[in-house]
Amino acid sequence: MADLPPPVQGPTAKEKKYDRQLRLWGPTGQRALEESHILLVNSGPGVVGIETLKNLVLPGVGYFTIQDSAVVSEADLGVNFFLEERHLGGSRAEHTCNLLKELNPDVQGDFITEPVESFLAKPDSLKPYTLVIVAAPIRPELLAKISAYASANSVQLFYIHSVGFYSHFSIHLPPSFPIVDTHPDPETTTDLRLLKPWAELIMFAEEKTKSLDTMASDDHGHVPYVCLLLHYLEVWKKDHDGQQPRTYKEKTEFRDMVKKAARTDNPEGGEENYDEAVAAVLKSLNPPEPSGAVKELFKDPECLLLKDDASSFWIIAHAVSLFYTKYGVLPLPGSVPDMKARSSDYIQLQNVYKSKARKDLAEVLDSVRFLERNINRSTPIEEKDVEAFCKNAAHIKLVRGRPFQVVQAGETLKWGDTAKSLAQNLTFQDSLIPLYIAFLAFDEFTAMHDKDALGGTPRAPGETNPEVDTEKMTGIAFKIMDDLIKEAGTFIEDPDYSEAKTWVGEYVQELVRAGGAELHNIATLTGGLVSQEVIKVMTEQYVPVDNTCIFDGVKSKTGVFRV
Amino acid sequence: MDEAPAASLPNGSDGQRTRWKYLDNILNRLGPFTDPDWEHGEAAIEGLSRAKILVIGAGGLGCEILKSLALSGFQDIHVIDMDTIDVSNLNRQFLFRQADVGKYKAEVAANFVEKRVKGAKITPYCGKIQDKDEEYYMQFAIIVCGLDSIEARRWINATLVGMVDEQNPDSMKPLIDGGTEGFKGQARVIFPTMTSCIECQLDMHAPRAAVPLCTLATIPRQPQHCIEWAHIIAWEEERKDITLDNDDPEHITWLYQKALKRAQEFNIPGVTYSMTQGVVKNIIPAIASTNAIVAASCCNEAFKLATNTNPFLGFPETDNYMMYTGDESIYTYTFQHMKKSDCPVCGDDSIARPLQIDSNFTLQEFLDSLAERPESQLKKPTIRTEEKSLYYQFPPDLRQQTQPNLSKKIYELVENGEEVAITDPAFPLQFKYKLIFKD
Ligand SMILES: [Zn+2]
Repeated sequence: MADLPPPVQGPTAKEKKYDRQLRLWGPTGQRALEESHILLVNSGPGVVGIETLKNLVLPGVGYFTIQDSAVVSEADLGVNFFLEERHLGGSRAEHTCNLLKELNPDVQGDFITEPVESFLAKPDSLKPYTLVIVAAPIRPELLAKISAYASANSVQLFYIHSVGFYSHFSIHLPPSFPIVDTHPDPETTTDLRLLKPWAELIMFAEEKTKSLDTMASDDHGHVPYVCLLLHYLEVWKKDHDGQQPRTYKEKTEFRDMVKKAARTDNPEGGEENYDEAVAAVLKSLNPPEPSGAVKELFKDPECLLLKDDASSFWIIAHAVSLFYTKYGVLPLPGSVPDMKARSSDYIQLQNVYKSKARKDLAEVLDSVRFLERNINRSTPIEEKDVEAFCKNAAHIKLVRGRPFQVVQAGETLKWGDTAKSLAQNLTFQDSLIPLYIAFLAFDEFTAMHDKDALGGTPRAPGETNPEVDTEKMTGIAFKIMDDLIKEAGTFIEDPDYSEAKTWVGEYVQELVRAGGAELHNIATLTGGLVSQEVIKVMTEQYVPVDNTCIFDGVKSKTGVFRV
Repeated sequence: MDEAPAASLPNGSDGQRTRWKYLDNILNRLGPFTDPDWEHGEAAIEGLSRAKILVIGAGGLGCEILKSLALSGFQDIHVIDMDTIDVSNLNRQFLFRQADVGKYKAEVAANFVEKRVKGAKITPYCGKIQDKDEEYYMQFAIIVCGLDSIEARRWINATLVGMVDEQNPDSMKPLIDGGTEGFKGQARVIFPTMTSCIECQLDMHAPRAAVPLCTLATIPRQPQHCIEWAHIIAWEEERKDITLDNDDPEHITWLYQKALKRAQEFNIPGVTYSMTQGVVKNIIPAIASTNAIVAASCCNEAFKLATNTNPFLGFPETDNYMMYTGDESIYTYTFQHMKKSDCPVCGDDSIARPLQIDSNFTLQEFLDSLAERPESQLKKPTIRTEEKSLYYQFPPDLRQQTQPNLSKKIYELVENGEEVAITDPAFPLQFKYKLIFKD
């Protein structure tokens, strides 16, 4: 086997263990996971936070810490998979932490048994953590404190609530949270620039379609469809005053023209490359316009006026916006989908796209260097970051993180700019906003009720007397709903208003039924959702929830909205 | 009053149901969506503890399903899986440790959950679902599937549909099925013969189109084409006598090097070891979070079904399918998938499903296409019309006899609109198609 290339190093043990996830977020995503330190603030009977951690320990998060002052009770054994009978009476944080650590020897775990009040009272208590997860119930003033810390320090904060058949979580991200690697559907990322070809591409297409009519049949059936379309666009333009097909009608006419040009006098009765060309007409003959989100990004004050301490994201965004202003298009991503073609023709075509992409990148990179000098940035931005930006420019997402609602006993909630859309969506069939309102009422109820006279532990609705609690909580929920409608400045007429009230009432009743307790399935499912979002946020890949998600386990549906 | 049912449940060390205090809130109380006549309390608790439930698959979904069922109060759980534990399972299959690599999944998983959740009895079977007969499946109240193979799903689906006896309501076994791929997945509930079945829904899971052989042989363009060439062509040519083992690193390395060399000849960049493995083993990305979501959704439906604590998916004329997507924000689409009257499994036996075909195809080409068509996905079809046998895979003499038909054109063998019956050793049933000529 002398003719084979030298033997390779197979995958490392770590690559083997993480193979199935590395195919999603790659080694850079994995590194980000491994550099994170997550704090779980836990106190209630639930395990949604533990189930979240389970799904983060398995893929190899760097470090986790559980804050929980409770001791293991009999009831914990009925919900928590990471406790055993022998742990009864011991520290819940300690034993859960130890059993979680068994899942992955590469992960470090720690626990804090100090009560949350005194733990948070210490200066810098939250400093070691890159991300904080709070599982309800928690005293509102403590949640507000953590939320304020998250805002001030750009730490990501998750608040989770799982009760009976329902759950909800909210994410508090920094005000500017950009994602370059959004992993868009490959179908949507093809950008061939057929309506804005550049000189090299035109030349290549001309060369490959020279004497198309007299070509031998095997050659004719192997002309890449990109070249075919460019060729027929020229033919079309000759008959249409130099104009490209623009309207839907023109495009279908153009498509018919390409279809008719295929040779059918062969055993197959057609040509695959022409089939591909025909199929691509409607998809590919569009001007390469960036999405509204990307245009908005270019108009953002942070992009327009670079501050001296601007992050690399905004510097690159500014450079790309300069490119866009100059050429009216984004830098070329440079990838070409597979198509019927001879190997060498296809590789040549790939290179035509790749060299143009490299040229565009070089120009953006020049601007980046210029901008760096302008703002006296000391460390240069890495070229690979600029390249990644240029490749994904059309699909970049900017999430505007903001604090979520923290309910304070007896205080009216302020919704701000989300009031209108939430109030409007309140009465839609299948809207889960009524369930969110029921959850807020749950929080307000617990904020107002203590388990005992000591004022330590909050009491959840339905723990002892569901009928009485349902009535109280329904009253709270109706007030939250009315306040929302009022702040939105709208008026909801009957029967819509009564219907929304019925929904809110039913959700309240079902929440109270659980008496503040979780169903394991719903906690597991919600832990799955939250861990997924934590991974997205830590790896800065894919698109996270903005900013609240609800799960209804009766109907098996989710809803996402911004509060 | 009979105290036995409550006593049979795992108790707290104090002799009460303190361990299940939270669960009992739901079992003991009516909710806004429960049937007013629902027998809550003791009856619901007893029903749950007696329900025998079968879990098919002890992999990524199976581990989660076993844990969640045990912590939902199910006490008599059975699990089937033929696989052994591989190191690449450890990033999500949380009942397994490094030291378990090589052992049977069903056994390790059952032992682990039994040890953790006191009172739950978990009975493993390390083997194939096809080893078991109707009598075995008849003992269960619910069957939950967490599989990565479409073939196994279709087999159990067809078996359960076949078991339904209208005279015996107990013969209808609800099938709850979960599946994942990366950040996506689905959970669905099937009431055999009453709702749409897995076969009705087959086109929701279209197989990836195969690359034409001539591309692999003469005009590769992608790194994957070079790998497939090494896999399908080079191995056959050079190592015919060795059975390719996807898990043997030497075999994968050989394929990788072959593919790399071919790619270099054609100037194709991008062949890697990891990609070679992915293409050859048809690896589907899998993560703990999606498994947790889909498995828990299946168990939530199982729990509701077993206890009537709330309406469940699959109740006739209501939603029976939840589609989940988690890569761009979070999105679920929950809907009612409609039963197909021409479904070869649960549809009317007298209806043959129309199938558009090119009559210029040879029988071989047509049979090959059956593997790729979303609505058939048959890999080893045997085909006959009412009058004649067109092609038989078994037995050998019939195979030899019908072999010459493979190179004949479809129009030489059947009439436009003629019905054919197709069987495949993977499925316990016959597929009826009506062949409609495209031209
Ligand atoms: Zn069916």
